[in-house]
Amino acid sequence: MTVNFYNEMVDAEGNLRSHYRAFADWLASMPTERLARKRAEADTAFHRVGITFAVYGEEAGTERLIPFDIIPRIIPAGEWQALQAGLWQRVTALNAFLNDIYHAQEILRAGFIPSEQVLRNPQFRPEMIGVDVPSGIYAHVAGVDIVRAGGGDSYVLEDNLRVPSGVSYMIEDRKMMMRLFPELFSRHKIAPVQHYPDMLLENLRTVAPKGVGDPTVVLLTPGAYNSAYFEHTFLAQQMGVELVEGRDLFVRDDTVYMRTTQGPQRVDVIYRRLDDDFLDPLAFNKDSMLGVPGLLSAYRAGRVTLANAIGTGVADDKSIYPYVPEMIRFYLGETPLLNNVPTWILRRPDDLAYVLAHLPELVVKEVHGAGGYGMLVGPAASKSEIDDFRARILAAPDKYIAQPTLALSNCPTFVDAGIAPRHLDLRPFVLSGKGIGMVPGGLTRVALRAGSLVVNSSQGGGTKDTWVLESENA
Amino acid sequence: MLSRTADHLYWLARYTERAENLARLLDVSYQMSLLPQSIASQNENWRAILALNSLEDAFAEVYDEVNVENVLHFMVSDPANPSSIQSCLRAARENAHAVRGTLTAEMWESVNATWLELRQQQFDHILARGISEFFDWVKLRSALIRGVTFGTMLRDDALHFIRLGGLLERGDNTARILDMQYHVLRQNGDEAATDFYRWSALLRSVSAFQVYRKVYSEAITPARVAELLILRMDMPRSLHACADGIVRMLQLIANSVSAETERQAGVLHARLHFARIDDVLAGGLHAYLSDFMDRIYDLGDGISRDFLVAA
Repeated sequence: MTVNFYNEMVDAEGNLRSHYRAFADWLASMPTERLARKRAEADTAFHRVGITFAVYGEEAGTERLIPFDIIPRIIPAGEWQALQAGLWQRVTALNAFLNDIYHAQEILRAGFIPSEQVLRNPQFRPEMIGVDVPSGIYAHVAGVDIVRAGGGDSYVLEDNLRVPSGVSYMIEDRKMMMRLFPELFSRHKIAPVQHYPDMLLENLRTVAPKGVGDPTVVLLTPGAYNSAYFEHTFLAQQMGVELVEGRDLFVRDDTVYMRTTQGPQRVDVIYRRLDDDFLDPLAFNKDSMLGVPGLLSAYRAGRVTLANAIGTGVADDKSIYPYVPEMIRFYLGETPLLNNVPTWILRRPDDLAYVLAHLPELVVKEVHGAGGYGMLVGPAASKSEIDDFRARILAAPDKYIAQPTLALSNCPTFVDAGIAPRHLDLRPFVLSGKGIGMVPGGLTRVALRAGSLVVNSSQGGGTKDTWVLESENA
Repeated sequence: MLSRTADHLYWLARYTERAENLARLLDVSYQMSLLPQSIASQNENWRAILALNSLEDAFAEVYDEVNVENVLHFMVSDPANPSSIQSCLRAARENAHAVRGTLTAEMWESVNATWLELRQQQFDHILARGISEFFDWVKLRSALIRGVTFGTMLRDDALHFIRLGGLLERGDNTARILDMQYHVLRQNGDEAATDFYRWSALLRSVSAFQVYRKVYSEAITPARVAELLILRMDMPRSLHACADGIVRMLQLIANSVSAETERQAGVLHARLHFARIDDVLAGGLHAYLSDFMDRIYDLGDGISRDFLVAA
């Protein structure tokens, strides 16, 4: 099987793509030693500032840098506009879907999605049925993973609607590039991204409970040992809101308060970076030490807004993903602008038979997995890994989906061996409240191991600054 | 502000101040150990340092013998000793990490860089380079963190809780250093010549040697040293100065339940403000300092109850 990868910088004939021309000139003029020195400078600065993430499964409190690559991923203006339109459409439909399934369930009654797929999904939260949320918005922050395949077309890989992370790296990567290579920013017109926290705060304020004039917003974190803790502190600081843990909050008379040195203070909007299961030990996981007893009750009473809402997981679940194009047609009456990756649903006998016969070519994912854990990349797996996965699939086929191995596009990346192509994806962040908005670009993740298609930071991925050009060529 | 945030800031300051004062105490002890004296009285000195921090038992579990090197290792680098300089700076960093969003970027970086640098220093290398250089480094880092705090943080409750923690710790630590040295000096204080060096070393340990010369024209006497470190309000590490600062900070952060804690701080302050050194010494310095440390402990308790674990 020959695979053609799309190269972000160079076309099939080996010519530079026009939006990379000015950058390539600059890169050619840079001695490798200077690049290496700049990369070392970036590493030191990231360490000193403490831009790190904790790795699960390693010694508690282990902190690692996410490798930062100094060669940016560049997106021309026109391409970005098309992508943005597609993202707005998709996230709007996903919010409409969530509002629908927790109310009238019209899409189920119309038969577009099998009811049991939604109602028996462990991510479906019956507690949310009939609960009205401000502006009907459930996924206030969505991180939609986009990949570009061999032919150059973009596909949505996943819609992350629970607690998507990575936006702090987007901002820090930009800051770092401006510090390392200011000259590049005078040569290109690059759309800024650093105002993201302002947009986020404004967005959160628009979804405060009714009748609250000047809402108090807080960011709820699981705590300092969470892998994304740096991001939580970063966003809270940039927005100027309190970073709270569950033990800082309490509920009285269906109202949420935080414990302050001046006594209790009411909280109106909680940007929570804690999974549904841990939010309220009275309602969900009773062993959770991270949540706030009574929070669900206050939420259902409309006395506090949670962003994202409880129960969004049912819309980004991998078993629901194949139906997103249906949602767009059903709720918006539009043709989907972004492609879905063709997906085999292994609960279907035909799909299962096909996938079992083609495991070495496919990517198999756990329906409820995330972060690159619990997946099989067929072409990169050993025979025993494939056999092992085959047994797991057969034991519980409805737990898995499969997709063709996408030939993720690649982009020149500065690795130990010099500049070499590495595969990447893109996670733009879509903010929904009274309106919908986003900063141009997103987080580009890059698989630093040669040939690897897994970009997750927990699996050896790094990041790149993402440039959306404000005019076509420079 | 959040009670938990205030708690972390308060302990960030306490641990940083504690590390600094520990460096000061160990430095002066080390300097004194270089004076001519018997090995026995020298080791007595080191034993007193362990006693000061109630660490005799913890020490005995790991080391066979009380001597310079063992005590220094235990008090500087031993992660098993929760009161070692290393443990203090680690705790300071952990508290800062928990609230790094509340700190200015410069502040977080100075605390984090201190810990990262410390972690790279092996005790053997510290000894080989000269332990005093290390103590100077600790004092300088503490000064840097304090300077960055004052120079960059908004004058709001976050800063007040940091200052409150620092003042409480400093008052306690100055009392401890004075108590211990006074005790040692009284025990073998027979030779006037070495006494001069001992008293001046004590003064240097709290950066008060030049201050003493400026304030008093007479020779260094125990009574004057005690007066300087206990009662002088313009001496930044004196008990009086610390109590004064504590009262002011408590006024700034006062809430609806803190009146009793404020009253206790006021009493402590008044007792220092209107005291005469002769009366203090007449009643016994050790008793006086013990009482002061008890009151500081109670204040810490009250502050914790009123502000830091508030409901």
